[in-house]
Order: sequence, then C-alpha cells, then structure tokens
Amino acid sequence: MSVDTLTHSAHGAGDYNASESNWAGAKSPFKTSYGKIMIWYFLLSDAFTFASFLIAYGALRFSSPSWPVPDFVFSTAPFGIHNLPIFGGKAPLIFVTFMSFLLIASSVTMVRAVQEGHRENKNGVVFWMILTIIGGLGFLGCQAWEWANLIGKEHMTITTDPFGTYTESGTYLNEDGTLSSETFEAGEGYLLHKIGAGHGDDTGHASPYHKAGNYPGAVVDDKGFIHRKYKTADGVVKSQAFGPKAFGALFFFITGFHGFHVFTGVIFLIIICINVASGLYMKRKNGHEMVEKMGLYWHFVDLVWVFVFLAFYLL
Amino acid sequence: MGNLSYEDSIKRVYFGLKLLAAVTLIEVLISLAGKGHIGFLKGLTNYKWFLILVGLALILFSLYKAYFIIYEFMHMKYETPGLRWSVLLPMGLLIWAIIAFFNEGSAWGNARAEYKSHTTEEQKLPTIYPVGESPTKASDELELPLDVHEPKH
Repeated sequence: MSVDTLTHSAHGAGDYNASESNWAGAKSPFKTSYGKIMIWYFLLSDAFTFASFLIAYGALRFSSPSWPVPDFVFSTAPFGIHNLPIFGGKAPLIFVTFMSFLLIASSVTMVRAVQEGHRENKNGVVFWMILTIIGGLGFLGCQAWEWANLIGKEHMTITTDPFGTYTESGTYLNEDGTLSSETFEAGEGYLLHKIGAGHGDDTGHASPYHKAGNYPGAVVDDKGFIHRKYKTADGVVKSQAFGPKAFGALFFFITGFHGFHVFTGVIFLIIICINVASGLYMKRKNGHEMVEKMGLYWHFVDLVWVFVFLAFYLL
Repeated sequence: MGNLSYEDSIKRVYFGLKLLAAVTLIEVLISLAGKGHIGFLKGLTNYKWFLILVGLALILFSLYKAYFIIYEFMHMKYETPGLRWSVLLPMGLLIWAIIAFFNEGSAWGNARAEYKSHTTEEQKLPTIYPVGESPTKASDELELPLDVHEPKH
C-alpha cells in the first residue's frame, strides 16, 4: 500500500493525519535500514539457539554428580608449549585464552573495517577485512588442533568421555595389586588412557597392559581403556569410571556449532571483501552498509564465544 | 560513530581491544584461582563461599564483555530505544529459562541419587572382578559413569 492511498483513506476517517503516525509506513520507527533490522533479528534468533544449547549443558551438568574439570581437560597446547619449564607439563586454559584473544582481535579489526566503510575508504575496508579473515582462520586452526588433540590423543568422542573426576579421595593400586604411594583427592580430574597409545599428556611411558581383562592393578575394557584400581578411605577397591557421557556430545556439538558459525563467517567475509575490492559498495553510496551488517554477524560470533568460554572453560 | 570524531572513534576501538583482553585475562586468573592453581589462594578453594564468589565474578565479567561488544562494537548504543528493547528484552526472558532448567537439572540429579539409594549394595558397587578372572562384558558395565560413584546425599 502506498503512502498516497493510506493518506487518502485516512481523510475519510476524519482528522487523522497519517503522515504523523509511525504506523502509516514510509517512515522507519527504528531509524535504520531494513537489512540492519533483519540482521539484528536473525542474530536474536541465533542467540536463542545458542542459549538453548548452553542451558541444556547447564542442566545436564547440574544433574551429574561429577563433571570433568576444565582446567584439567584443557591443559595441553600445541608444539609442546605445556611442557615448557614455566608450565611444567600442564598449561591450564592457556591455549583457549589465546583463542579468545584471536577472536577479540578479529572483532576489533572488523570494527575498523566498518569505520573505514563509513568514510568510503575502499582500500581501508579491504585491508582491515583481510586482517579479520586471518583472525577467523587462525581461530578455526586453533579449534582444529584442539579437536584433533581431544579425539586423536585423548580418545574423547561424542559417546565416550575418558575425563573423569573423583568424588572421593583414595590411593592407587600398583600393577601387582599392592597399595601404591600415589594418592588423589576428591575433585581431582583423571584421564583414562588407552592400551597401545601414547598418553594424552605426552609423558610417553608405555602401558603394561596389552589386552582386555581384569588385572590386579586395573581393568582394561573391550575398547582398550585402562581403568586403574584404587582403594578409597573406607578400604573399598574401585576402578576408575568414564566421565559423564554427555560431556563429549555437548562439547563437540556446542563448540562445533560455534566453529561452524565462524567458518560461515569467514566465507561471507571473503565474499564481501571481494565485493568491496570490486567497488560494488562504493556505487551504492550507503557507507558500505553490507560491511556493517557483516560486522554485526562477526561480533555476534565473538559474543557467543564469551559465553561458550564461560561455560566450558572458566566455570 | 555517533558524534565522535574519526580519530576519537579509532582511539575508542583500541581502548576496547585492551579492555576486552584485560577482562579476559582477569577472568582466566579468577578461574584458575578458583581451581586452586594460584598458590597463595589454594587454601580458599576449600570454602564454598569462595567458589560461589569465583563463579559470580566470572559470570559478571562475561556479562560486562557481552555488554561492551553489543553496545560499542555492534553500535547498539546509537540505535533507537525501540530497536534496543526489541532485541534485548527477549534475551532477558532467557534468565527465567536458565533458572528453571538448572533447577530441573538438579532435580534429575536428585532423582537419580534417590533411585540409586534404593538399589542393592551389589548393584551400587562398580565392576570389581576377582583377580585373574576376565570380565565378559566389561565395557557395558564400565560405560555408565554414574553407577560407579556412590551418590551424595
């Protein structure tokens, strides 16, 4: 319906002046373009999706008597950085902190690209967008390493979680079934190792077990996981259990969904960067609005990471 | 942006970079302190109030980061109140979903513990086989993590 017909019909209704009403159309109540409003509502719906995943994570974590300790699960870094003298084998959260910095930095370069877009500075936009793409690819590379390490070295899958947490303190048994001097406390994390595989933490000593069975010091299950035996304070002998099954599924699904957003973002950044370079948005003379909308999406990806980081790594 | 000059808005962006990096670093330090990785604070991790304080601080810092990203980087500050409300108010409704589902989660946990307390002692104990005897289906029994630890009451 055009403004003219509306005004015309409004005349019939008496002294109603349509041109002063926000509801008559032809005027933006939000004083912004259609595209920007819609990207905001897209992001809102996407935020609901992520929120429902993270709430599911929280509900399952609350329902579980124990949960893998994040500073134990995420304590390795590439190139053996965690083995440097300052870390001494464990670098809790160091690598994911670096990943967070990468994403924050790429968000900042995106803001710079949007600013240059407002000034119609084509080369500036391309320069800052390329830096943003590099940041996004860097983040994806880090995530690939993290996943490869968890799957390949530590044998975590969506149904198997080798990271457990003790709910009571105890003492490990030796290979011959006698009490060892190694003790642990409630709340400490452990990783079930596999026979015939190097340890996830690169200590590299060979496993004494070669096939499934019940040994004096451990139980080796059909999948090859070694469940060490321990004696609790009450004198009961138990074997290490798997961690909560839901952990692997939630971790891979939520970080995977976020990573997929980053990946999609990088693809779109590349497309829009090419369009900017071709001068397409210069012709539109709207201050590179497409770059601004891309920026909104990219900041959203950073925003989601703030909460993924909080739920999986910090808390 | 808004009424800032070009130079001022660039300065503001780099201020944002430093701020977000600093807040992230503080968050990681708080988290590590809460897990007992920071020597002189290790003793405090035995107290429940300290862990609650750590959790609250982490959530507040994360919310601050979210606020900063939305208001500064995404320019929500410069949008009309109408747009601001229409996007942020629905997010506010999630607070109830969080409270309700976390409550629900602990109810699942309690129900499971309740169920276990009614099962026999034999069922509660984990897979411990006599020495030398090999389990037929060890993986089946060991796969259920919640069966191994006695529930807390």
